[in-house]
Amino acid sequence: MFGYAVRRILVSFPILLIVLTVVFVLVRVAPGDPARAILGDYASQEAVEALRKRMGLDKPLWEQYVEFLWGLVRGDLGRSLISGVPVAKQVAYALPYTLELTFSGILIGVIFGVPLGIYTALRRNRLPDYLGRTFSLAGLSFPTFYLGILLMLLFAVELRLFPTMGGGRPGDLVDRLRHLFLPALTLGLIMTAYITRMSRSAMLNVLNEDYVRTARAKGLGETKVIFRHALKNALIPIISVIGVYSIVLIGGSIMVEIVFSRPGLGKLMVGAMMQRDYITLQSIMVIYSGFVVALNLLTDLSYGLVDPRVKYE
Amino acid sequence: MGRGVASPRQRVVRTFLRNRTAVIGAAIAVCVVAVAALAPLISPYDPIRQNVRFRFRPPHGAHIFGTDFYGRDVLSRVIYGARISLLVGISSVLLGMAIGTVMGMVAGYRRGKLEVLIMRAVDVMMSFPDEVLGIMIMVALGSGLFNLILAIAILMAPRFARLAYGPTLALRERDYVDAARAVGCGDLRILLRHILPNIFGEVLVMSTLWTATAIRLEANLSFLGLGVSPPTPTWGNMIRTGLDHLTDAWWVSIFPGAAILITVLAFNMLGDGLRDIADPKLRT
Repeated sequence: MFGYAVRRILVSFPILLIVLTVVFVLVRVAPGDPARAILGDYASQEAVEALRKRMGLDKPLWEQYVEFLWGLVRGDLGRSLISGVPVAKQVAYALPYTLELTFSGILIGVIFGVPLGIYTALRRNRLPDYLGRTFSLAGLSFPTFYLGILLMLLFAVELRLFPTMGGGRPGDLVDRLRHLFLPALTLGLIMTAYITRMSRSAMLNVLNEDYVRTARAKGLGETKVIFRHALKNALIPIISVIGVYSIVLIGGSIMVEIVFSRPGLGKLMVGAMMQRDYITLQSIMVIYSGFVVALNLLTDLSYGLVDPRVKYE
Repeated sequence: MGRGVASPRQRVVRTFLRNRTAVIGAAIAVCVVAVAALAPLISPYDPIRQNVRFRFRPPHGAHIFGTDFYGRDVLSRVIYGARISLLVGISSVLLGMAIGTVMGMVAGYRRGKLEVLIMRAVDVMMSFPDEVLGIMIMVALGSGLFNLILAIAILMAPRFARLAYGPTLALRERDYVDAARAVGCGDLRILLRHILPNIFGEVLVMSTLWTATAIRLEANLSFLGLGVSPPTPTWGNMIRTGLDHLTDAWWVSIFPGAAILITVLAFNMLGDGLRDIADPKLRT
């Protein structure tokens, strides 16, 4: 297991390098001159050139690339082209908000989605199944930002139970939780819809297997059949799906942070995009890349915990 | 008098009509397409004509969906917004299907280094959230309708590549492919005449489901200010501009959002139904 984990981590590095290179290139080929964008259309060419030199944009591309990678190795994410504030400082402020939002969404999705999916599978083609399938289809179809707007209108504007925006006062746990509830519920409902659907499908596949039929034929009670024989095998594809949809949720968190005007990486990224702050944008893409690679790794490693047959060759 | 045997086409149609989800989805999708196509005829007002005397009027007789910050009729803008959403959704899927299917077939047929290169690129792209990748691509391309279509097509292509890859791997080992090679058919001919027709059904079914995804992505990117800029109405940018006035004028965001939801739901229902039909276990 340890050997497999080390190998998987090592394999992740070339993938990360490819992704970082793509991020670097995409940001550099963006139309428009960042220096011109900052100084405005009426700035003189000399001023623009001077700013480009200060920003390091006059250097050859390969030199900028090496500096970019070397900076990452040292943990230096550069400085914002707009404010001059170190990007690492902005990320350090925003990252906990994004992590707590994404994690809460995943937790809600798993806590409600897995049992709901299993329950609808056990009540196939009956009312709970139809309701569950309708819910998951609706959840899959809901744009994340629209669901957030509807929840905001109902619970924050009409009922005034929760705040409409912000992340809460730092250090005040209750306030942070109040500000977290609606955004987390938005992501959680979407995640629940995804996981319900996949859990139902995984459970139905397992319930059709011969060993389940054998267990029932032997006279085992339904609870034992489900929890001792069926569920563990259904969990493997469910875990895979949780990993995949957690990545989808990261994308959803960007939309939710904009709707609820909540601090986070998504809001920082969109702000950097609007202001053509390429250094900040690039660095946040790097953080997201790290997230994704780490999540994929965690998903792979978790298989062995659930299924002892999985041999890490 | 003998009983007629239903043709394969008739069997497919009957199976489709028996699937309530697919029928409802198809009906709604057809209505949305009709609304978009007939927009100039059915729209009560010019969608970009401003009339600030009537700004932020709530839904009422003359303006069923109310008016926005500039006094523009929200219903007319929702109707015209359907054009952009469907245009982007459908054309990006078609483009992504073309690019991705070719990638997948080439990877599955040629094998070797080309296969590794293409499928690893696909894996890397698919491991990213669509919104993050979409923003990166739009930053590189710049905003605009064509760039939005291209960006979403790039996001769709890896899905099609993966879809085409697996069956191509299996089909290349078939006897008739060997026979085609033996009589001197080139790779291109084999791919187009022998492999593509056998995978096209599955590709078509999934393209319906992924049209829903593309429409949702278009809404997301428009909401973030990428893609088509105001005053041209898109459902996403309408919701974004209405967000600042949600407490006073909820209708500006809610109605376009409902339009997105209904359209995406329709294509999801249709795609689910088509996928059920394609499942051999459900065929009569």
